[in-house]
Amino acid sequence: MANKTITVEVKDLKKYFMLPTKKYLKAVDGVSFNIYKGETLGLVGESGCGKTTCGKTILGLYDATAGEVNFDGFSVHKKSKKERKDFTKRAQIIFQDPYSSLNPRMTVGDIIAEGIDIHGIHNGKDRKDKLFELISMVGLNKEHISRFPHEFSGGQRQRIGIARALAVEPEFIVCDEPISALDVSIQAQVVNLLIDLQKKKNLTYLFIAHDLSMVKYISDRVGVMYLGNLVEITSSHQLYRDPKHPYTKALLSSIPIPDPKIERNKKIIPLEGEVSSPINPIAGCKFASRCSLAKDMCRNQVPTLKEVDNQHFVACHFIDRI
Amino acid sequence: MAKERILEVENLTVAFKTYGGSVQAVRGTDFYLDKGETLAIVGESGCGKTVTAKAIMGLLPIDNTTIGNENSKIMFNGRNLIKLTEGELADLRGKEISMIFQDPMTSLNPTMRIGEQIAESVLIHNQISKEKAKEIAIKMLKLVQIPNPEERYKQYPFEFSGGMRQRVMIAIALACDPKILIADEPTTALDVTIQAQIMKLINELKKDLDTGVILVTHDLGVVAGAADRIIVMYAGKIVESGRTEDIFYNLKHPYTYALLQSVPKLTKDTSKKLYSLQGTPPDLIDPPKGCGFAPRCDFAMKICSIKTPEKTTFAEGHEAYCWLHHEKANTQGVPELILTRGESSGK
Amino acid sequence: MVTTDTVTSNEIYEDELFEKVGIKKELSEHMGRPALTYWAEVWRRFRKNKLAITGLIMLCIVTLLTIIGPTLSGHDYQYMDSSIRSQTPSASHWFGTDRMGRDIFTRVSVGGRISLIIGLLCTLVMFTIGSILGAIAGLKGGWVDDLIMRICEFVGNLPYLIIVVILSMVMGRGLFSLVFALSFISWVGTTRMVRGQILQIKEQDFVKAAAALGADSKRIIIKHLFPNTLGIIMVTITMAVPGFILGEAFLSYIGLGIRPPETSWGALAAAGQERLMFYPHELFFPSLMLVITILSFHLIGDGLSDALDPKLKD
Repeated sequence: MANKTITVEVKDLKKYFMLPTKKYLKAVDGVSFNIYKGETLGLVGESGCGKTTCGKTILGLYDATAGEVNFDGFSVHKKSKKERKDFTKRAQIIFQDPYSSLNPRMTVGDIIAEGIDIHGIHNGKDRKDKLFELISMVGLNKEHISRFPHEFSGGQRQRIGIARALAVEPEFIVCDEPISALDVSIQAQVVNLLIDLQKKKNLTYLFIAHDLSMVKYISDRVGVMYLGNLVEITSSHQLYRDPKHPYTKALLSSIPIPDPKIERNKKIIPLEGEVSSPINPIAGCKFASRCSLAKDMCRNQVPTLKEVDNQHFVACHFIDRI
Repeated sequence: MAKERILEVENLTVAFKTYGGSVQAVRGTDFYLDKGETLAIVGESGCGKTVTAKAIMGLLPIDNTTIGNENSKIMFNGRNLIKLTEGELADLRGKEISMIFQDPMTSLNPTMRIGEQIAESVLIHNQISKEKAKEIAIKMLKLVQIPNPEERYKQYPFEFSGGMRQRVMIAIALACDPKILIADEPTTALDVTIQAQIMKLINELKKDLDTGVILVTHDLGVVAGAADRIIVMYAGKIVESGRTEDIFYNLKHPYTYALLQSVPKLTKDTSKKLYSLQGTPPDLIDPPKGCGFAPRCDFAMKICSIKTPEKTTFAEGHEAYCWLHHEKANTQGVPELILTRGESSGK
Repeated sequence: MVTTDTVTSNEIYEDELFEKVGIKKELSEHMGRPALTYWAEVWRRFRKNKLAITGLIMLCIVTLLTIIGPTLSGHDYQYMDSSIRSQTPSASHWFGTDRMGRDIFTRVSVGGRISLIIGLLCTLVMFTIGSILGAIAGLKGGWVDDLIMRICEFVGNLPYLIIVVILSMVMGRGLFSLVFALSFISWVGTTRMVRGQILQIKEQDFVKAAAALGADSKRIIIKHLFPNTLGIIMVTITMAVPGFILGEAFLSYIGLGIRPPETSWGALAAAGQERLMFYPHELFFPSLMLVITILSFHLIGDGLSDALDPKLKD
């Protein structure tokens, strides 16, 4: 792991949204991590934890409130217009909602070729050939090119979204909950497609999801977010074998397991208490209000990520005790 | 153990008229529900599971929809629900049969106090005073484990989180002590930690109140924890049904196999490639001939796309519709699990 | 429990039927429905709406009449024949004649041209100003948005009729000044609507996807925002035309409209109203045309908005 090239470097990234009440919603509140070339970093957490905002800010779809994102050594947020356009060829995104992410007035062919048209990569017959290549790569065929998105199922639409992202031949793709809206059987189909494409094209993924079992399957490393902060990050194997942070433990215990004997006898660690608000978060650890181990210290002092094991980082004051 | 049978569905069909032709959403399903048991209907979207549930509730749009034929029956309390008028169905809904939906955000009236919404559903079906209804509403809030029910009674939906709202929906559904609770993807819109709490609540309430639950979902993890029996649906038909143990440990249909295999297991090593179903469920505007699953089935034979497979019974209540169980079937490459005959090893 | 094998039928199947075929790739992604473009779909639904089609046919007939009416009747709309003053409808004068002895059918046809042209021109001005300002406000946001919205509030609060009357008095009577007066403050609603639509669509993932692919604002507007607002804009336009036609009729009615010898339905109705007691047909026919036209536009607009609403899809 040590001598891997860093593709994306996120340094103390913050993204606040101003609300109509002039207060700030701290969606991402100081997050740092690296994504290495050719790996898949999973980012998990419950809705509202800022994982999607984090992914979109990394791509420059949102301006950063503070902190830095470096892609291949260059700052994403300090690029000129031209540089930013070139950057879009190298870094792409796949969206969560297969329904709102495809323009209902465009044909599937035009949707997939959008990146090709914007950057003028292929023209005429070239474009057509590339389109056929892309559409068959995601398991659809020629007859689908002239159709409109509303005729497709969720899984098919998600594959169209993947083809669109791949059209510009990027190196890095943010997969923003690409399977959350899909049926279980179709999830496997999309995830397998993503893995195959990664192998074939040496892609780097940031895989955002709330489904931990799928994340474990696809990711090399996994980061767990809670209310805008990264609370734990390590290899996916390590995270599931030996979760350290109390939140990660609760999260893992809640995953339903498709095996009646195990599912009916497993112990769920319940999460009590109110979720603290991302608008007025408490001074200390944001998980303190729901944590059974919380002490006064947790409510006053923000814990930082500490390496507790080889490449296993946890942000908790009482890491030694758990 | 003799159980009271509270719902019996026979040869249920549902078709929607559209410009392109008639969509055969449900193509003849038979099943039953006993008192106090949880029956899960599992399948991909578009397989007809939600439509089946809505047909029982009488919630399908009246225009352009054909429910059932002369042989179809949805027997409940000695009455055939298909034959009932809209008014008679409205009397049943919420009182005898209740439903909770996927989206707790849009199922509540945003301008009405939480407690009043529960009380209202009690008042519609019962001739009681408002004070009594309020009492019941607070009791229900307590039952679904909402803290400070007296205060919460006066609050509005926006003051409740997603999980809390789903609890309120459950409270409304159970307020009149129905015989059947239909839960249509009740946790799909919720986070895993909340999902675990809601499923636990549904399971506990089912035991306490002895309600029959029909759980419609595509999440096999949820099913594993909650269901007593399972129906697997594909392309508007039942492909396999049986006790939970039968379906998870002794499955007999390649579609059930595919469904189970495509879920990654936390406990298993992940270096192996995840099994995945290719393609998309068929468009039911012209349903495939023979077995609906044949075009996506690894083990499909010629006959599968010509003739509808017949029922094979493996154990009491464990049935599958698949040609692989015919004596002449070509079973080359088919997993042993699907082929073996015998009692489920689950119990 | 003993396992029982119950393949119930006694039918004997050929061995070769059990030959293995596996997955059928092309069938597993097969699409049963015919492919339809969005607008073909809208047209299909619109066509099924009998009222809307009636409106469309009526509007076509009225429009056709304004074009070929004078040729049909064979009369000149300005030709005065004092021998046939104020006649009731007859074989040679289908709608009768007015007090100057002019053929009313011909005058109604010609007057319709002005009415329709004013209706369409005003709508065009309203739509152009409204959508440009609305799009700028929605896309730019910030102080630009604030400024445009404040202007909208100011203009929107001016009393419409008084402004129109003052403007047409100041600017004189003519086609241009009429259009100017009528559309001067009418764009406010369009601006608000377009802004709202843009704000809504801008947040959709497909716009974000285009931005992530490096699309500039021009492409986003042309390819994504415009096609997706077109439907609702069309409904607004259809619903706006009758308002302007009525506005022109009102101005003509109070004597601020089109200057004679040109005429419009409003001017004709005004002239007819004076003699309503004795020659009701002079008021009846221009009013009838006005009513038919306005009704048609409303029917078409309603049909269109139903046809565009995906929720009503069958």
